[in-house]
Amino acid sequence: MTSGLWELVLKGIWITVQLTVFSSALALAVAFAFGILRTHRLWIVRFLAGCYIEVFRGTSALVFMFWIFFVLPLMFSYQLVPMWAAVLALGLTYGAYGAEVVRGALQAVAPAQREAGVALSFTRGQQLRKILIPQAWPEMIPPFNNLSIELLKGTALVSIMGVGDTAFAANLVRLALQESAEIYTYTLLIYFVLAFVISRGMRALERKAKAGIGRPMEKPAARKPGAGVLQMLKKVDGKAVDPQHAGTRARSAGGDA
Amino acid sequence: MEWDWSAVDDFMPEFWDGVLTTLQVLALGSLISFGLGLVWAMALRARTRFITWPVALINEFIRNTPLLIQLFFFFFVLPEWDVQFSTLTTGVLAIGLHYSTYTAQVYRAGIDGVPVGQWEAATALNLPRGRTWFAVILPQAIRRVIPALGNYVISMLKDTPMLAVIGVLEMLQRARQQGAETFQFVEPITVVGVAFILIAYPASVLMRFLERRLVQQ
Repeated sequence: MTSGLWELVLKGIWITVQLTVFSSALALAVAFAFGILRTHRLWIVRFLAGCYIEVFRGTSALVFMFWIFFVLPLMFSYQLVPMWAAVLALGLTYGAYGAEVVRGALQAVAPAQREAGVALSFTRGQQLRKILIPQAWPEMIPPFNNLSIELLKGTALVSIMGVGDTAFAANLVRLALQESAEIYTYTLLIYFVLAFVISRGMRALERKAKAGIGRPMEKPAARKPGAGVLQMLKKVDGKAVDPQHAGTRARSAGGDA
Repeated sequence: MEWDWSAVDDFMPEFWDGVLTTLQVLALGSLISFGLGLVWAMALRARTRFITWPVALINEFIRNTPLLIQLFFFFFVLPEWDVQFSTLTTGVLAIGLHYSTYTAQVYRAGIDGVPVGQWEAATALNLPRGRTWFAVILPQAIRRVIPALGNYVISMLKDTPMLAVIGVLEMLQRARQQGAETFQFVEPITVVGVAFILIAYPASVLMRFLERRLVQQ
């Protein structure tokens, strides 16, 4: 590959990064807005928010993107810049997935916490801001991590609409070189590295958020032979056995992530 | 812009053919992903790291890279290596392989959920490894993960439109063709979008029902 072609790919990577960042920001805003509305006390608000979530979770991101690119201009004679149309499509779709995460995390906060807020006569906004969200936030990060990697993978779809992202650049390089194995291998590696960076960043964020409310990072439970017997002994004995040191031989579960 | 019902009527025959192709892709892709995912999950529990590490790496790689690029890879690179498949086969293989890395995680969670005592009981009864897997562990693990597998079938359904880019004539590709022929894009694409909701929403309700029935017992 020549340097000119690499430059093309680099520009594509930059577009991919921008798309990921902007769409994630929109998705985050949408997720919080609709996730919170989903826990509203009026049923009609919950219902409407639920409609939005189900529609966007139900349809395919690519079909929705086609709709924004081809149908929206025809129906309303109003066309968005391709880049922003892509951000809108990705943000709204993944925001709907995120909204369910937000709702789940908010509902998982111990009810006594909300009751304490009521007892202190906090307004609903104060309850959310000062009690519920700070405690729910660390629980949201691992699913958000998965979603943002899904979103990164989703950004490749915009190449079909002619936005010059990494996948688009790869296609141009393929046409220029008449050879596809090399460039597509590189492209896959580029996306893998980007996903790795996102997931490391989210891991760090999770550690920080959990430390903020005084909880340690969860280690994936190591399953060891012999632990079952020790669990039974624990029940008989009535004393807690530290599962980390219970086993005789560690069984590798093959990587945690 | 007016909504034209006659354009919808014109699209209907094409649309049903597209639905059929989509469902075909979905069924075959699910079969591949269920089978291959189980192989991955069992390989991840192998006793030697010479198996677990490469399998984990391959899984991570496939799961964290876009299906679209994988489709292009299969579509453009395989012919360079003198492997010729039809577009439908290429699409089914790519989507099946991609989702097998998700189902592997689901199976893994299911296998991890089987109490350790079951493994020990199998060892105590001197069961061979194959019997341990197929007679003791998997029957308990798979029952619990059926709803989760179903959810991945639904997300696979929503990824089938990607096969349009390599020319598989599923719903979206039929809509694009219809639009290119008649210059009416609005109706076909909207019909396809609504069709996805009409298929995916009842399916996800069904999965929630299954989850209540199968998991919480």
